[in-house]
Amino acid sequence: MSVLQALDIGLAFLVFAVAAWTIFARGAFAATVGYVVYGLLLALVWIRLFAVDVALTEAAIGSGVTGVLLIGAAARLRAAETASDEKPLSGLTRVFAAALCVLVALALASVVLLLPDQGPSLAPLSMQKLPETGLGNPVTAVLIAYRAFDTMLEKVVLVLAVVGVWSLAADRYWGGAPGEARAASPEPTLAFLAQILAPLGVLVGIHVFWVGADEPGGAFQGGAILAAMWIIVMMARLTEAPQANAFWLRLALVAGPLVFLAAGAAGAIFAGNFFAYPPGFAKPAILFIEAFMVLSIAVTLPMLVAGPPRREPRQ
Amino acid sequence: MSLVVDLFSIVAIGAGVFFFLAGTVGLLRFPDALSRLHALTKADNLGLGLVVLGLLPRSDSLLAALKLVAIWALVQLASATAAQLVGRAVRCKGTAV
Repeated sequence: MSVLQALDIGLAFLVFAVAAWTIFARGAFAATVGYVVYGLLLALVWIRLFAVDVALTEAAIGSGVTGVLLIGAAARLRAAETASDEKPLSGLTRVFAAALCVLVALALASVVLLLPDQGPSLAPLSMQKLPETGLGNPVTAVLIAYRAFDTMLEKVVLVLAVVGVWSLAADRYWGGAPGEARAASPEPTLAFLAQILAPLGVLVGIHVFWVGADEPGGAFQGGAILAAMWIIVMMARLTEAPQANAFWLRLALVAGPLVFLAAGAAGAIFAGNFFAYPPGFAKPAILFIEAFMVLSIAVTLPMLVAGPPRREPRQ
Repeated sequence: MSLVVDLFSIVAIGAGVFFFLAGTVGLLRFPDALSRLHALTKADNLGLGLVVLGLLPRSDSLLAALKLVAIWALVQLASATAAQLVGRAVRCKGTAV
């Protein structure tokens, strides 16, 4: 057994252990911390499987942004959590829940074990057609060219999620600003971090988007990094979230899916098919669409973290 | 020459791993939150610094080496900030968590 194999096995055990710890952790905050660690370990697993794109997404969105969202949820649920601890579930409910979990786990395990060793794969075909897209990264080609419609709909789902979060606001706060107001004297430690990290993070985010055409990276990961920078600056209360009724904000939220859909419709006219790109013009079109998707993701994720509007809108 | 470089890498990375080990033991064994933070920041700072130092001569290009140093600097920034925030939270609570 080589050193790398030993490390892989150790990593797999560690993932299992952290997953089990996350399930058995008492309290939502501890479970969230476990979940973030689990996500980072999973990113390492993806790197060992040579899926760097997935690893970047797992670290940025699966572990990072989702972690922040869950920590916010845990903080809001803290009062309810201590109250519900007093009445534990009845024995029968526990047995039923455990049986259901075991059943689902067994079904999933049997499906995975029954898969053929060489599953059906479109990988050779997608690599063969890659030059026609002008891209070097097959993952980006799958996301923006081969399965463009799915990716566009994912963006629409994100916008719907923001609408859902905003809908939780009380009537008088509708259209107002979410999150904390800008502080006159922000927390110095966080403000220091935000001031140093944000310019670097913006640079890295744009870089990750730009190299995504040919190397691991892309709109999702780059957008998530940009979003994280805005979240940090808002957390440090150097700035406050914009009002939910700001026109530029709403435009930025829908810009990604809108440009994507418009490009898809243009494909129907100029390239003969919905979501087709004209030959020789695929790469510029893809980068153009991705740039607006980066913008939308960078605005959507912080709005999800900021939560429902909590102040009355200024006129 | 390559033997010297290999030895340098082994010594530096080994020392870095030792600091991570010591930091982990401290995290598990120290009695209160502030001492545990102290142990943890040593691992981040010196441990990662030594591992990066050991990896520097093995990097393919100057750019890759600079990226390694940048990673170390960013981790420094993040762990110092996190330690400050956790330390402040402990002091505000007034009890050892």
